[in-house]
Amino acid sequence: MTAIAHVPPTGGTATPPPEPGRSNKLTPYFLLLPAGLALLVFFVLPILTLINTSLQSGGLEEGYTFTWSFSNYWDVWVDYWPQFLRSFVYAGSATVLAILIAYPIAYMIAFKAGQWRSILLVLIIAPFFTSFLIRTLAWTTILSDTGPVTSFFRSIHVLALTDWIGLTSDSRILATPLAVILGLTYNFLPFMTLPLYASLEKQDPGLLQAAGDLYASSWQGFWKITWPLSLPGVISGTLLTFIPAAGDYVNATFLGSMRESMTGNAIDALFLRIRDYSHAAALSVSLMAAIVVLVIYYVRRSGTEDLV
Amino acid sequence: MTAADLNTGTGGLKIRGLHKHYGTFTAVDGIDLDVPEGSFFALLGPSGCGKTTTLRMVAGLEEPTAGEIMIGGKDISRQRPYQRPVNTVFQSYALFPHMTIFENVAFGLRRRKVDGVDAKVKEMLDLVEMGHLAHRKPTQLSGGQQQRIAVVRALVNKPKVLLLDEPLGALDLKLRRQMQLELKRIQTEVGITFIHVTHDQEEAMTMADTIAVLNKGKVEQMGAPVDLYENPRTAFVAGFLGQTNLLTAKVVGTSGDVLTTDFHGIKITMPVSRMAATTQEVEVGVRPEKIHIAELGEAPVGRNVVDGVIIDASFIGVSTQYVIRTLADAEEEITVFTQNSSTSLRRVGETVSAYWHPDHTFGLHEGAWQEAEAAEVAS
Repeated sequence: MTAIAHVPPTGGTATPPPEPGRSNKLTPYFLLLPAGLALLVFFVLPILTLINTSLQSGGLEEGYTFTWSFSNYWDVWVDYWPQFLRSFVYAGSATVLAILIAYPIAYMIAFKAGQWRSILLVLIIAPFFTSFLIRTLAWTTILSDTGPVTSFFRSIHVLALTDWIGLTSDSRILATPLAVILGLTYNFLPFMTLPLYASLEKQDPGLLQAAGDLYASSWQGFWKITWPLSLPGVISGTLLTFIPAAGDYVNATFLGSMRESMTGNAIDALFLRIRDYSHAAALSVSLMAAIVVLVIYYVRRSGTEDLV
Repeated sequence: MTAADLNTGTGGLKIRGLHKHYGTFTAVDGIDLDVPEGSFFALLGPSGCGKTTTLRMVAGLEEPTAGEIMIGGKDISRQRPYQRPVNTVFQSYALFPHMTIFENVAFGLRRRKVDGVDAKVKEMLDLVEMGHLAHRKPTQLSGGQQQRIAVVRALVNKPKVLLLDEPLGALDLKLRRQMQLELKRIQTEVGITFIHVTHDQEEAMTMADTIAVLNKGKVEQMGAPVDLYENPRTAFVAGFLGQTNLLTAKVVGTSGDVLTTDFHGIKITMPVSRMAATTQEVEVGVRPEKIHIAELGEAPVGRNVVDGVIIDASFIGVSTQYVIRTLADAEEEITVFTQNSSTSLRRVGETVSAYWHPDHTFGLHEGAWQEAEAAEVAS
């Protein structure tokens, strides 16, 4: 074949490969440097400082010294276990409520909203345009003793029931556990809705058709297909709701009373008013450790690595 | 296949007067179909012809505006999808990504609480030689393997009719050929009625016993692949199933079984049964591969002969495609495919006689060439 003679010799005019050098090998590390430094300065060092503080002893007048005083941890547990317990009960209840409210919303937006989808998504995040404090304060008006919500539930005797359970007291909603749980649910609802929406939206609607074709009722189709495939969203939504809710103190401050104070309120008081830094630090570390242990257990249990 | 064979068993599908309107748009406009039990039936047509809508109405995923759908003589058109003795293979396969292959195939059996799930699933996986992949997840399989699983996931439920919605659309060409043969083998083995929706005429002809060609919500023609190809009754079918030559001519008379037409003084004859038009002005058609080329005036006796000048010759390896402009009418061109069994090729500019057997001629209504051309583009 004569054509071959016209093919230019290979390699002669090819661009030389980039020179292998030390700079190329180090490039990834240079790219990691900003994030690594930020993590070190804003995360690792503060945590180490916090742990260090939590093991000090002394007082505001005589000064704090590092003495490996693990007794701080025992002290805060003895003094603040009710706050600790409330943090987890309130945050847990708010998370469950948030799933129950957010799942239908996310489902509707993902599968039924059609052209309204983007507008509804904007509405979900619209509350963020207002300050967290203002929104929480607004709930004090909504749940006030003479407001329509409290009057309505009092008139249909729901408050008598919640009084009996212990969720409310004296036939009022404000300054009760219920108010704090409602506030937490409301404030962290978007963090539950958005991950749920993301995991539902990417599901192929053909899967449900196939399930229907294979004799599944709509109910079975939901529990066998939609729900398991949305578990990654449920898990990330749960974490995004539970973790900040467990550390929150704003809702308990405005919507609760002394009887509803959470770990966050105790830390706030210890650090800023009592100025007992070592015990405040010990309580912070305890809360953090408890959340980490709970999250690890939860993620392991739900077996996300098996999901797509 | 005669009418008496139809719907005698339990798995035959019969559709009568099926309509589907979306507002003012008519997707399916009065379809009648008879699918014999155990046959491989193809619904063929361009996109938007109503083939998928028809399939979805049989599956119960769409509700017909009017009409009857009967399986084994029983009207199922008002039944819920899961009550119907049909299962569907979806275009995207729709395998459940969080379940193993085994659980995917077992899904329908478990919902119906059938006994002996393990054995039935295993039998199906063996049918497609994929038993060793039972514990994989769908994403760990190749496209062809996913396709096979989608088919057996439906088949394990022993439907009377299996519906396949463009099941090979997502595969590349080579795999598609392979799967066509595989699907045909599976169908022969299980003996279940398959209804296959496709826009690929080659795919339909390779696999199906019977094809219904759909256009604009109506059945254009129904029959065995070879009948549709050799004796198209409409311009759409002629154009959609391969290339065709159409010459404008006048009917001058019939004697016995032979119908004679006149093309600018040239007699072109054909069997009476192959003329689909009843008017005097008609178009006579012949497939490009049926035409032979001879030296001018040397065509054998008893053939239809049109003389012309070769204006284009393209060598394609196994065959050569010629375009001949007729001497009788410079507007008319004839395309000819010849096998390259001899080494000498005709040259552009040669004047030759193109001839073909009268039995290969078919007749369509006047103006058919425009529709045929449009259909060829759509195919």
